[in-house]
Amino acid sequence: MNQRPLSPHLGVYKFMYTMTLSILHRITGVALSVGLLVFAWWLMALAHGPHAYANAVEVLRTGFFKLLLGGWALAFIYHFCNGLRHLFWDAGAGLERKQARRSGALVVIATLLLFALLLWAVYCAPKVSG
Amino acid sequence: MSLRTPLGKVLGHGPAGEGVGHWWQQRVTAIALVPLSLWFVIGLLRRNASKPEDMQVWLSDPWSALLALSLVVTLAWHSKLGMQVFIEDYVHGKGAKTTLLLLSTFTHAAAAVAAIFAVLRIAFT
Repeated sequence: MNQRPLSPHLGVYKFMYTMTLSILHRITGVALSVGLLVFAWWLMALAHGPHAYANAVEVLRTGFFKLLLGGWALAFIYHFCNGLRHLFWDAGAGLERKQARRSGALVVIATLLLFALLLWAVYCAPKVSG
Repeated sequence: MSLRTPLGKVLGHGPAGEGVGHWWQQRVTAIALVPLSLWFVIGLLRRNASKPEDMQVWLSDPWSALLALSLVVTLAWHSKLGMQVFIEDYVHGKGAKTTLLLLSTFTHAAAAVAAIFAVLRIAFT
């Protein structure tokens, strides 16, 4: 098994920023998998009742968790946008090098804009009840 | 006796022995997650998440409960498939790989069961 030939690996390719976008998709995916556990825990707290929920909110409001939640929000937005880019590729569209670079830049810009929109929604937007 | 040739039996199944099933499931769940996650994020942002009664009213609506249930199931499955690829690609050594794959599968199962139970409990409270 160990004698089998290996396909060319990262080291032989010239660095392109699209490579960073590609690995970021995986890293954000793994981070969001961890976030899934917190999401399930949050739902369980809500299912438990107002007292458990208040405790959960208190934990999520600590500086450490605020930072984590911000990171997860950013990771989610990026994974969402870049995931759409992947789906277009899977449909056979936008695979040319130039198009792939442009869509990559578009994903980064969209991520930053949507993150700003999210921060506005969290801190400034009016809320409905129920 | 099968009339299929040995080559015909293995073609398209790849080293994992399941063909493109994993790849397809990852895409199908991704497509489903586009509207489901958008619905949840927008719904959450429109409300005051620190108020349990507001969350309760939102998620105990039958349509919300249905969407939330679809979301957590799809999310857990998509996450499980993704982590599997990540572990298969970057963890070398059969023991470590198998252990981590098992750990990931069990953790995802636990998260899915907890989330499904929670959504139902919220809906029926």
